[in-house]
Amino acid sequence: MKPPKPATAPEMTWPQRFLIAAVLAWFGLLIFGPAVALVRRALAPGIGAFLTKLTEPDALESLWLTAKITVAVTIANTVFGIGMALVLVRQRFWGRRLTDGVLDLPFAVSPVIAGLMLIILYGPRSTLGSRLQAIGFPIVYHLPGMILAGLFVTLPLVVRSVAPILEEVGSDQEDVASTLGADWWTTFRRITLPTIRWGVAYGAALVVARSLGEFGALLVVSGNIIGRTQTATLYVHDQVESFEPHGAYVMSVVLAGVSFFMLITLEIIRNRSHDKEYASEEQADAAKTSRGKIRPTRRH
Amino acid sequence: MSSTAAERPTSRGGKLLRWSCLGYLGIVILFPLTAVVVRAVSAGPARLWTEITNPFAWHAIRLSMTTAAVMVAISVVTGTATAWVLARYEFPGKGFVNALVDLPFAVPTIVTGLMLVALFGPTSTLGVVLSGFGMGIIYEQSGIVLALLFVCYPFVVRSVQPVLENLDPAEEEAAATMGASRWLIFRRVILPSLVPSIVSGAGLSFSRALGEFGSVVMVAGNRPMATKTAPLYVYGEVEGFNLEGALAVSLVLLTCSLVSLVLASKMSERQG
Repeated sequence: MKPPKPATAPEMTWPQRFLIAAVLAWFGLLIFGPAVALVRRALAPGIGAFLTKLTEPDALESLWLTAKITVAVTIANTVFGIGMALVLVRQRFWGRRLTDGVLDLPFAVSPVIAGLMLIILYGPRSTLGSRLQAIGFPIVYHLPGMILAGLFVTLPLVVRSVAPILEEVGSDQEDVASTLGADWWTTFRRITLPTIRWGVAYGAALVVARSLGEFGALLVVSGNIIGRTQTATLYVHDQVESFEPHGAYVMSVVLAGVSFFMLITLEIIRNRSHDKEYASEEQADAAKTSRGKIRPTRRH
Repeated sequence: MSSTAAERPTSRGGKLLRWSCLGYLGIVILFPLTAVVVRAVSAGPARLWTEITNPFAWHAIRLSMTTAAVMVAISVVTGTATAWVLARYEFPGKGFVNALVDLPFAVPTIVTGLMLVALFGPTSTLGVVLSGFGMGIIYEQSGIVLALLFVCYPFVVRSVQPVLENLDPAEEEAAATMGASRWLIFRRVILPSLVPSIVSGAGLSFSRALGEFGSVVMVAGNRPMATKTAPLYVYGEVEGFNLEGALAVSLVLLTCSLVSLVLASKMSERQG
């Protein structure tokens, strides 16, 4: 590939055109082409066959399980994410930096390793796992294990979307509210939540996208049990393994469609929060002058 | 698993919130992590070393490192070029490309794998043509690199693009006034300010690539000593109830992943 060159001339030169063409070709081959190929494969036997495949009990059941896990994980990690962001930004305590680092750990951990961790802790051969199983609360190979896996891999997302906003605006308005006699809940509901709402929405959308698509950790945690309950991604894997490619293609198109929708949602949220940023820039500037120590910058 | 979603100005409420959050963090992350450490210590370093130096494990680790490194080398060039084109030029379809750059982050990895099989696999026209030339991609090591390229595509683009957009044009103009060629300007003026963001993107890509599983499962074919990467090896050992073997390889992966992540975050801090 030719080295990139700066666009100083108003008219595009041939090397520049070549560079654009090369980037577009690469993008087409790597991202766009495979996406189109997937849709074509899924729709090749016709739209009727697509719908028949999708409405088979196995497929519907797997979508239902994915929905359950996603809802549970999103609610839990959004609530936690708001709380953790408030604690990290607004409180000073021993071990705060360490907490901040531990929070990012899931980014470094392969999904398979996340699953392995849960097997080691809760597996049937572990002390904790066998006890929990004895009292009728098995974790690994069952829904709780799948939810735990989802919680693990999506843990940092909401915190990392909310914390920078809290930092940016400072705590002046909250302080004023409580000076004027508002209790903590009123302050949170009327002041804090409206400020961070786009950050929360962005983080929650990331959690939804990530837990819908989680595969490695779920595969390990769900075990290789015949007739096990499957999530949508495990269904795709199973269909491929049992030489039923059409089922895999159909479910993949559904998953890809949902992720595409999530991508657009994220884009909209990002633009909204951007507009809001400009609207309240003056406010933010005023807040900046009085804000306290800055937390280390966002990691990614 | 409970945590209160509110800040309390009273110190007691604040403490309650803090301890709920830390407790949750403990259950979700620290418990499993501690269990892993305990298990590793009780297995002992000798046992873990034997597991790592087992030829199958060692090959898997080396394969993961090599494929990730090759991917990073390619991704640094294509990612920077993409960021450049998106930041500097106007062309039809730019908005479309800009929006779809993030697609690999949104699409489930197993779907990614299947997409690549659909386009490059043995049952597709392109796949047949390629393997006719002796360049089969799917179920080969090059397929692994391809999957990693897809999955990590946004990292370099998204870390370089904002830097390019905020670059002060005065420096380039000054260099141009003094008669520097475009290539010289790029190499001596622009590239040095891009390096931290490129390295940061590369570090994130490498870390992600080492652990990549879903897409690789689909494209690699899982042949021991040929296309079995370290995460696939870990999965195989868990299935075979050899948790020590899985653990040993996991520790190697985890260490390398953490190192490249820390490197990436140091670089992105330097940029700010």
